[in-house]
Amino acid sequence: MTIDARGATAVAIADKVRAGTWLARDVVEHYLDRIARLDGALGCYLLVDADGARRRADAVDAVRKAGRDPGALAGVPLGIKDIFCTRGVETTCASAILRGFKPPYESTATARLAAAGGVMLGKLNMDEFAMGSSNENSSVKPVRNPWSVAHVPGGSSGGSAASVAASLCAGSIGTDTGGSIRQPAALCGVVGVKPTYGLVSRYGVIAFASSLDHPGPFGRTVEDAAALLEAMAGPDPLDATSIPQPVGAYREAARAGRTGATPLAGVRLGVPDEYFQAGMDPEVEAAVRAALDELARAGAKLVKVSLPNTKYAIATYYLICTAEASSNLARYDGVKYGHRAAGVSSLEDLYTKTRGEGFGAEPKRRIMLGAYVLRAGYYEAYYGKALRARRKLADDFSAAFAACDAIVTPTSPVPAFKFGERMGDPLQMYLADVLTVAPNLAGVPAVSQPCGFTKSGLPIGLQTIGPTLGEEICFRVASAYEARTDWHTRRPPEAS
Amino acid sequence: MTDYEVVIGLEVHVQLATRSKIFSWSSAAFGAEPNTATDPVCLGLPGALPVLNQAVVDAAVRLGLAVGSKIRQRCRFARKHYFYPDLPKGFQISQFDEPICEGGTVRFRLRGEPREVRLVRIHLEEDAGKNIHADSSKSLVDLNRAGVPLCEIVSEPEVRSADEAAEYVRAIRTMVRYLGIGDGNMEEGSLRCDANVSLRPRGTTTLGTKTEIKNMNSFKNVRDAIEHEVKRQAAVLDGGGRIVQETRLWDPGRGVTQAMRSKEQAHDYRYFPEPDLPPVVVSDAALAALRSSLPELPEDRFVRYTGPLGLSQQDAGVLVAEREIAAYFDAVIAAGAPAKRAANWVINDVLARVGDARGLGAADLSVPPAALAELCRLVDDGTLSGKLAKDVFGRMWSERRTAADIVATEGLAQVSDGGELEDICRRIVAEHPAEAARFKESPKLMGFFVGQIMKATGGKGNPKTINEILRRLLA
Amino acid sequence: MSRITADEVRELALLARLRLSDDEVARMTGDLGAILEYVDALSALDTNDVEPMTHAVPFDCPERPDETRPSLPLDEALANAPRRDGDFFQVPRIVPGPGGAGGAEDGS
Repeated sequence: MTIDARGATAVAIADKVRAGTWLARDVVEHYLDRIARLDGALGCYLLVDADGARRRADAVDAVRKAGRDPGALAGVPLGIKDIFCTRGVETTCASAILRGFKPPYESTATARLAAAGGVMLGKLNMDEFAMGSSNENSSVKPVRNPWSVAHVPGGSSGGSAASVAASLCAGSIGTDTGGSIRQPAALCGVVGVKPTYGLVSRYGVIAFASSLDHPGPFGRTVEDAAALLEAMAGPDPLDATSIPQPVGAYREAARAGRTGATPLAGVRLGVPDEYFQAGMDPEVEAAVRAALDELARAGAKLVKVSLPNTKYAIATYYLICTAEASSNLARYDGVKYGHRAAGVSSLEDLYTKTRGEGFGAEPKRRIMLGAYVLRAGYYEAYYGKALRARRKLADDFSAAFAACDAIVTPTSPVPAFKFGERMGDPLQMYLADVLTVAPNLAGVPAVSQPCGFTKSGLPIGLQTIGPTLGEEICFRVASAYEARTDWHTRRPPEAS
Repeated sequence: MTDYEVVIGLEVHVQLATRSKIFSWSSAAFGAEPNTATDPVCLGLPGALPVLNQAVVDAAVRLGLAVGSKIRQRCRFARKHYFYPDLPKGFQISQFDEPICEGGTVRFRLRGEPREVRLVRIHLEEDAGKNIHADSSKSLVDLNRAGVPLCEIVSEPEVRSADEAAEYVRAIRTMVRYLGIGDGNMEEGSLRCDANVSLRPRGTTTLGTKTEIKNMNSFKNVRDAIEHEVKRQAAVLDGGGRIVQETRLWDPGRGVTQAMRSKEQAHDYRYFPEPDLPPVVVSDAALAALRSSLPELPEDRFVRYTGPLGLSQQDAGVLVAEREIAAYFDAVIAAGAPAKRAANWVINDVLARVGDARGLGAADLSVPPAALAELCRLVDDGTLSGKLAKDVFGRMWSERRTAADIVATEGLAQVSDGGELEDICRRIVAEHPAEAARFKESPKLMGFFVGQIMKATGGKGNPKTINEILRRLLA
Repeated sequence: MSRITADEVRELALLARLRLSDDEVARMTGDLGAILEYVDALSALDTNDVEPMTHAVPFDCPERPDETRPSLPLDEALANAPRRDGDFFQVPRIVPGPGGAGGAEDGS
């Protein structure tokens, strides 16, 4: 029984655990051992819950031995972005202001993964409060890109992407508010899915920007990500923005993409010029264009579409997300949980000192900007304007989807950049999201998958965007591409 | 001294008596031990999300319909931001530019005269927790009340006196209890009132600078606080000063309003639409169902009682004050009792004995409406004297028996037989020759003779008959 | 010319209850200024006949029945409190301050 994490997919692990070929406990020990040996260099995990993982794995084995169904994800070791509330297990959003916070309740997403037999290994590192595109904003330590430790993994779900890439878990979950699943997935060479808004419950997901936050899965393969999504998704009475429709058949859609010589016959794929702008890394462009050719060979028809308001997407995004963030972060005040400044004798000191000490530079920046754009007198010019621009961006997608079934673009205009390269200029960092933010604003689903490597060995990501509740077409397209390529089989270098 | 017109606008917060909170499942009931009625949502834990309680929407719509507001069938929640320990999220989920009700009119009576005050709006919001000031160094926070549903009722600045303000608030209380949506208890805090008060020289139309008055937790305090503030403002203006726009707290102990020592500048609440709650829709069908669920409203009842039923304004006012009392009264007259007599009995005898008006809605009443109607009938047809009827009622109440039963078993039937009474009257008159002789100059002595005859008949003499006989005998 | 002044930044910091050092104020003034200038580009977009999009979901607010469920036990509700005082959260003494919900003031 040789468990090889570097070759294992979540689906394969679940099959073997369900069949009794592998014990969930043995699988977990294997991954825990890898984390102990290898995560020191990468910084993916903020907290490893070894005892909890063993207990959960043993429970899965017991259920299987008793002849009951241990679940579709039986024994699959999972990393959980430290933004999901996990009952009794410290949850910090990689922020000093939440150090020590142990939620008395569980997020719906993680509860469902556990109910499906998934085994949480620990909490994954991230940019503080999900604000960032490089995982350099963690208050604890940065995450390093497994493909090159001098380079960033992307963010804000840097730990989620890197841990899957480095096989420190078999699958993970993160959140995507402006690209925070897809961009690190692209920079780390794994599959990342931002589902339709409301498909996965936000109950228990620490809020950054409520109308833009999307919990979603990372996987080594498209089918892995589909399997995780199936387990997590679905209506939740605890989330009023949760879509009241049953979960789709995502794994089946992924399998359909692998079937036959031209699995995408009849599928029209839109290619928007606006997503191939000057300033794009030429290697990224070349890899994505080659991917489009591959998709055409799989039977798809490439059509030109236009998303004319793309150039306003970043401004729209940063006005809305900072306004909502400034609001969502108002609760961190040292009274009910988390950090509390010492030596304060007035209420005002309690608030200003606690928050001044507890928040890093990026959350402070966004809180300030958000407070500014919501001020009476500025609302219509900034936030109000952005809400209208948002509708125009959403309308762009609706119009485009009249002419195509899915839209294919690069995920990130550049591959992983070096540490420190963008930290000096917040605006430069924000512009890294240019290709990912629009689907968050519109709420439409999008998948990123590896589509090549730069000459220096850094991954390049391909993004497939679908219409609302169009996860199936995204999975089918992505799966078809994956079946015809082998990027997903490559592994980053490993210190033995 | 200028003649000032007083301009008052009132904001009344009504706590809705739903079982659970507005956005979470914890109990909304008053009086739980500190911090035992909380959950991730109302604690403002990271990751918690609000889920709207249907009964809260229904209550607000019914209130709006009852006061003739326009119901916004599509309305939104908004976040209102400020930092305070009893506000766990750092914002309150309230409504801003799309409240559930717009306009409306509260009708009530001021010293018998009908009055109307128009509303600007009614909106929904969540209550905050409670801060307790333990000692000079610390305050303690109890979040039980955080998330309890509130309806905020905002009036136009049409109230013109402290008395009127108190009556307006009382009218809201009555309405809220009629609709069964809240207790309307100011002392317990389930009904709260803030007032915006300003003065202007009579005859002008420009609004003066207003102050906001808070901490008035009874009708009397509403009246006293506003009266004081009006005097204070008049004195300032008469002295050539200017009114500072500020919030002032009523101090009932010292009888003054005090400016709050707040370092806050004017609030910038940074309202924006609540992203965690899509717009709230009230369907046509729901609206119709809620409309048909409305009871007869207090003012309409008042008009019916003083009009067709011919009751005095004062009596009507007492009966209308609580829905259960009015319903009881209606049932008594439906069982055949005449309105005025029934009103007297309810006001003087029933109300005195029932502790809480709501007890009158109970299924097992000591004196059900039909029983009271029967008592009235026995007095009307002469079977029972008015005086004895009071005693009989007392026994009906404590023994749960009908009047007919008590009268029959204890032989309390009034004596109206002319012959029997005539004999007794003659005897009494004969026994008191001195008074009989003085009667012509002192007709008041009739009372003495009637009293004597009542004693002789054990209270069962028919007073009308006795009077007739005595007048004849003493003439 | 900066779109925002250091004084405005200090005002905002108070509004947001963030204590910023002088260095932070200076950096923030530059950062926010640059971002505000960037987002100004949005004014070129014609949004005259467009409705604001506040939610990415097309449905109305779901409503739940008025039922109670057990609350958190007291100890769990207070378990994360940085300063627990008996059955309460403790804060420095509140000077009667700004208006709260329903005019609730001073423990009323």
